[in-house]
Amino acid sequence: MDGGEKMKIMNMVNAINDALDIKLKEDRNTIVYGQDVGVEGGVFRVTEGLQKKYGNDRVFDTPLAESGIVGTAVGMSVAGLRPVVEIQFSGFVYPAFNQIISHAARMRNRSRGRYQTPIVIRMPYGGGINALEHHSESMEALFGHIPGVKVVIPSSPHDAKGMLISAVESNDTIIFMEPKRIYRAIKQEVSEDKYSIPLGKANIISQGTDVTLVAYGAMIREAQKAMILAKEAGISVELIDLRSIYPIDRDTIANSVKKTGRIITVTESPKSFGVASEITQVVNEDAFLYLEAPPKRITGFDTIVPLPKGEHHYMISPEKIFYDIEKTVKF
Amino acid sequence: MFKEYNPIQDKLFRIIDDDGMIINKEWMPELSDEQIVNAYKEMLFARTADLQIVSYQRQGRIYTYPPNYGQEAISGATGAVMREDDWLVPAFREMGAYLAKGATLKELFLYFMGYEDGSLFKDAKNILPISVPIASQLVHATGIGYEIKYNNKDQVVFAFVGDGGTSEGDFHEALNFAGTWKVPVIFIVQNNQYGISTPFSVQTASENIAIKSVAYGIEGIMVDGNDYFAMYAALKNAAKRTGEGNGPVLVEAVTYRKGAHTTSDDPTKYRTKEEEEEWDKKDPLKRLKAYLIDKKLWSEKEEERVIPQYKKEIDSQFEEAENYPESSLDDVFQFMYDEMPEDLQKQKVEQEKFLTWMEERK
Ligand SMILES: Cc1ncc(C[n+]2csc(CCOP(=O)(O)OP(=O)(O)O)c2C)c(N)n1
Repeated sequence: MDGGEKMKIMNMVNAINDALDIKLKEDRNTIVYGQDVGVEGGVFRVTEGLQKKYGNDRVFDTPLAESGIVGTAVGMSVAGLRPVVEIQFSGFVYPAFNQIISHAARMRNRSRGRYQTPIVIRMPYGGGINALEHHSESMEALFGHIPGVKVVIPSSPHDAKGMLISAVESNDTIIFMEPKRIYRAIKQEVSEDKYSIPLGKANIISQGTDVTLVAYGAMIREAQKAMILAKEAGISVELIDLRSIYPIDRDTIANSVKKTGRIITVTESPKSFGVASEITQVVNEDAFLYLEAPPKRITGFDTIVPLPKGEHHYMISPEKIFYDIEKTVKF
Repeated sequence: MFKEYNPIQDKLFRIIDDDGMIINKEWMPELSDEQIVNAYKEMLFARTADLQIVSYQRQGRIYTYPPNYGQEAISGATGAVMREDDWLVPAFREMGAYLAKGATLKELFLYFMGYEDGSLFKDAKNILPISVPIASQLVHATGIGYEIKYNNKDQVVFAFVGDGGTSEGDFHEALNFAGTWKVPVIFIVQNNQYGISTPFSVQTASENIAIKSVAYGIEGIMVDGNDYFAMYAALKNAAKRTGEGNGPVLVEAVTYRKGAHTTSDDPTKYRTKEEEEEWDKKDPLKRLKAYLIDKKLWSEKEEERVIPQYKKEIDSQFEEAENYPESSLDDVFQFMYDEMPEDLQKQKVEQEKFLTWMEERK
């Protein structure tokens, strides 16, 4: 890079906006739309300023209809455009499930490779923001279960930008879930240049020897706080940011467990049939003989995420993670 | 009425003008002076509560709240027309209708403070909880309508949605099913011109919403939603019609969301002062008040007398809500299943163990 990288302090909202800006500038086939993304710039202001910059036919508001948003994206992408659509909250994506499962995920296979659906479906997800019903859930496992789509979740501004650029450039349909609880909570220096982070690779955030901790999204921050408690207790934790729910980075997880002999997965989603269960099975298949303790799932309950006054019962605290780290290490 | 105000002609059903003068005598509902004064008082109470809630929110005493400001006549008229046995299927911006049904302000406060119990509406008969996924509740209304018809009951369903909600597939499916089943449901669309920042013109190329009834083979009417008398007359007529087995009715209530979408929204980003001022002239309370003052049924003095009473009442219910017992772990689990599965029971026990460990750590 001539003159070196230019860095700027960004939160995740800024970083996603920057990624969209880069792709809109670079490729006129990139189209950004959804509810309130145009004039208002999104309810979380993620698309702020983009309509002004790129015009109404490239960044726009739609009628209030999720199936319409994703279904038209299937049509656009089949015809050669590269839509990046926003679902206002992941809890409102369900009307679009038919289009995701029945078409976006299947079009390439069905048409024997003739058509593809390079769509990015962005959506804020997750709890901890004192929201009304349906605004706090983490249902990434539902998407992970759909053959034909990829599902990714960034945990930092830097990752969000690089992963979104990869997502927009991917020829597959990518479910891009944004941990809204840390939309503005984490700021860091992010390059203003274009860069990408490959999808499907996990990121080892810190090396350790006693236990592998896998997390993603807003749970990374909680895991990092738990690591401080673990350190005080003399436990060395290896923290892996999964980044990609599907495909899962088996090797990074298995190799870590071969070193530590223990694994704990942290997700804020319901317990049963979730990402943590999947990771446990990856370990069973690829590193079983190295295990010194049963793999542990730290998750929400198999319940509805409570409304704000009861949400603390459900949300995972650093203490909860430490509690299970200690139990696993002492097993 | 439905013939005269065929929505294909884009005709708006009104009874009073912007100054509260009767311009459509023929359809003026038969209401006693006392009923009209009460209607105004209820709307005034709802507005006072609404403004109060927004200020509680600013003080950080309540979470996100969607104001009803400017839309009070629609809920007010619904409340007056609904009978005890009728069903109310809410969206989330119909305070006056919930209160008329027997829900309490305290319960609403609990809901917006984030208590599960705020969805109970304990003393309100035949009311569903607030529904956040836009338009999804309309299909339930049609299903309730089926039960009413199936069991030959004398009931009507009042179901709410916003203009944005008419874009969802569920709107189509609910009206289409209801039309073919000829069930006693009134679909009330509060067309307040916006879905968050998205104006009506972005939701649909249709001239109005009522016109959509034509394609479903059901009756529809476009009503001035800021005209209490027109709303009352239209809903009364619709209830009679649908209650007599003539199939559902679509009532478009044309109104304006004077407040923000919710307390986390800033309307100055997407609409002009001029537009807001234009709609201020059509304010539903202003118009009904002008009518009452003209008839010597109300006065500014009377208004000054009641508002402090209302505020006191609202504050006292709010304080009761603020003193509500803390949410328990049980609240999270107890209503998930008829009988709690063993595995779920175990999850709760595990959590309790963790909480004990936390206590001991202190
Ligand atoms: C299925 C679904 N999509 C998106 C949302 C987010 N959302 C909440 S209110 C709203 C706008 C609703 O507009 P409208 O139906 O006109 O009702 P109003 O808020 O104006 O009363 C949106 C998009 C939601 N609650 N449900």
